[in-house]
Amino acid sequence: MPTLTVDGVEVTVDPGTTVLQACEEAGAEIPRFCYHERLSIAGNCRMCLVEMEKAPKLIASCAMPAGDGMVIHTNSEIVKQGREGAMEFLLINHPLDCPICDQGGECDLQDQSMAYGSGDSRYDELKRAVAEKNMGPLIKTTMTRCIHCTRCVRFATEVAGVDDLGAINRGENMEIATYLEQALDSELSGNIIDLCPVGALTSKPYAFTARPWELSKTESIDALDAVGANIRVDSRGDEVMRVLPRLHEDVNEEWLSDRSRFSYDGLKAQRLDTPYVRKDGKLQPVGWTEAFEAIKDKLNGLEGDRIGAIAGDMVCAESMMALKDLMEQLGSPNLDCRQDGAALSAETRSAYLFNTTIAGIEEADALLIVGSNPKTEASLINARIRKRWKMGSFPIALIGEEADLGYAHEYLGAGPNTLQDVANGSHSFAEVLKKAERPMIIVGQGALTRADGAAVLSVARTIAENSGMISEGWNGFNILHMAASRVAGLDLGLVPGEGGKGTREILSGNLEVVFLLGADEVDTSSLSNSFVIYQGSHGDAGAQAADVILPGSAYTEKDAIWVNTEGRPQLGRRAIFPPGDAREDWTILRALSETLGKTLPYDTIHQLRERMIAVAPHLADIDVVTPAAWGGFGESGTVTADPFSNPISDYYLTNSISRASKIMAECSSSFSKVKFEETGTNG
Amino acid sequence: MSQVIETGKAFEFTPENVEKAKAFIARYPEGRQQSAVMPLLDLAQRQNENWLPKEALEYVGNYLNVPYMRVLEVATFYTMYNLKPVGKHFLQLCRTTPCWLRGSDDLEAVCRNKLGIGNGETTEDGQFSLLEVECLGACVNAPVVQINDDFYEDLNAENFEAVLDKLAKGETPPKGPQIDRVNSAPEGGATTLLEKTGGA
Repeated sequence: MPTLTVDGVEVTVDPGTTVLQACEEAGAEIPRFCYHERLSIAGNCRMCLVEMEKAPKLIASCAMPAGDGMVIHTNSEIVKQGREGAMEFLLINHPLDCPICDQGGECDLQDQSMAYGSGDSRYDELKRAVAEKNMGPLIKTTMTRCIHCTRCVRFATEVAGVDDLGAINRGENMEIATYLEQALDSELSGNIIDLCPVGALTSKPYAFTARPWELSKTESIDALDAVGANIRVDSRGDEVMRVLPRLHEDVNEEWLSDRSRFSYDGLKAQRLDTPYVRKDGKLQPVGWTEAFEAIKDKLNGLEGDRIGAIAGDMVCAESMMALKDLMEQLGSPNLDCRQDGAALSAETRSAYLFNTTIAGIEEADALLIVGSNPKTEASLINARIRKRWKMGSFPIALIGEEADLGYAHEYLGAGPNTLQDVANGSHSFAEVLKKAERPMIIVGQGALTRADGAAVLSVARTIAENSGMISEGWNGFNILHMAASRVAGLDLGLVPGEGGKGTREILSGNLEVVFLLGADEVDTSSLSNSFVIYQGSHGDAGAQAADVILPGSAYTEKDAIWVNTEGRPQLGRRAIFPPGDAREDWTILRALSETLGKTLPYDTIHQLRERMIAVAPHLADIDVVTPAAWGGFGESGTVTADPFSNPISDYYLTNSISRASKIMAECSSSFSKVKFEETGTNG
Repeated sequence: MSQVIETGKAFEFTPENVEKAKAFIARYPEGRQQSAVMPLLDLAQRQNENWLPKEALEYVGNYLNVPYMRVLEVATFYTMYNLKPVGKHFLQLCRTTPCWLRGSDDLEAVCRNKLGIGNGETTEDGQFSLLEVECLGACVNAPVVQINDDFYEDLNAENFEAVLDKLAKGETPPKGPQIDRVNSAPEGGATTLLEKTGGA
């Protein structure tokens, strides 16, 4: 444990700590451009120079390991001179175009030049100019502004696992570019925008739309996948201008996947902003009262079991609770939150959670992925797996559709037969799992949404139990969800009650009334004879099939609890108001219940949350993963030999918001199509 | 703008070069075979008329399991790799201070007047290419031009023209100093240590 003195303050740090980190620990602020906590050390911007006694010249603190007895000065005159020199060199070729630069106001170079920049320039020669690079539909480049910190290159190589970005040429001619100007094909590419300390890489969709100081910033939770990434929603007036990640070490670190970051323009398109009722075969805009009356007329005197309800993928816990209570009031057991028909039961909590937790992946020492492509289903979890894999000695195996996941893995096979081989120990990877101290298994929805899903789940449980995945302080059994609402739905028990019908039967067309709460990814083709009520934010598949549309709010427009795939309840906050007559979803259900004469017993969101906590007590512990006890689940049965197929065919278009987004459509055409051509299965 | 030229022709090492590549790769420890990217690029360049097209870069990348971008970074960083076709005789003219003081400007003028090419250009007949480079490390024999693998030293406008004439005729002029001098020994012969000493 080296002890060093920083500006007269003595600090003791762990071995391997850099001088820069030690200085921060001692409370000294060190300017930097190239250094980043989560990336390898480059040491090429020279902004972090500090004075070390007995050293002949200033040292780059980011690249110098802290040593015992070092005496560091971070604010002496010579340090200031050194940093001013470094800054002057950086500014030599940097254009003075801050007024037209999107980074303006949140630019590291701008901020640090306030402290270390010279008031005027001594440089009379021509500045260099660099051609813009094509990096695809998301990233706008102004490479003349680049200061060659190489953060983007290191991020792409180390975290995202794509080697397409690099620095070509050298010296004054050095340029950051992608290989042959290809678009940067990664689900995490947007993060290089945040990493860029200057305005060289900025967001293309956000370009010239807002300045950071005019945005209201709302800390919220992402609902476009089940990771529950912490986000900051930047809005101006009633418009979301952009979405940025927020630091949460245990969930998303400081990254965000592209779909979550760039789908925000989908919040402004295809919106349901007024209630509709189908009259003469056409949906007509009506007022709330008329829409509720239409439902009341239909439900009048109807038996409870003639009604069914499905909750979709981006539904908040509050509205699901209200829906469940309403269905109970109506006397209907036909309720399901698993719109994809996944064979998950709500009985044992550990049977549908990502029990290891996302941060826990870093402690695992062997991994089996079953019927999942984490890269598209949960890009941030995939980044965590890759992070663990880079630490070394982490054997990974995949059963299902073979894919490039960004890390080396052993491909075992395509279907449940291979899974059974691993379960009964006849496969060599079973030995790897047994030998591991903390093995883990990830079961994707691709393995569970099949007819034999319950049996597959049971085989996965056998593997978990046989290879020591369940022990004191370690649970290596993981279900990887894709829907932000799923875990909350199962927690609150949105599954068929006694004798109730599940998703498949509700959609079979045998019910009189079907309530779709944000359920868009369902097959509504058999519902032509049913009376369909759709409540949701977007005019997507569900709304098209509807007879009554109740306009709800998107995830940025309501205060809500989201439970991610780990079972971590997190608080999302309202950034803007829903458009037009749309309302927060639980209030719609509450108002509807009153019209129906079955008033739900809560008037405020607090009363509703009290009710939720009564049903699922762990929802009270915001941001806490309550460990779930192990129990029996799954059904023993015969599995078929059909190979697992991944549920996501297009990463950029998985839900109603991203389908409404022009940015995502553009991404889909520039990235997904290429992939299809490569696989040769596009006909 | 891409710096890489695609020829449309597949690139593959000749059997002899495959053997050489094996030898290069064997120089690096197990698991560090990617380090052989530089000698392999050189090998590929020698096989392909002294330049590297896209196919050769990607072939080397695949050969060593190095991402294409990493290969391109190396190939663009070092001036020794040519990313566009060069003439049969690739002239690398040193322009660093000692050579410049000793008349490298005259040599550049020879190229311009005699061959009609400036820096980075190739003659129409594909015989000569000129590239101005920094110090070739033979300052004592300045000015120096490296022609393919050989140094031609102690040049001036006349003897440089003579060298170029011979090359144009398909002859190989003797490499090294082009004046009366052995390597970097004094002009006209040795001036010290002339007596023969006794003993072995």
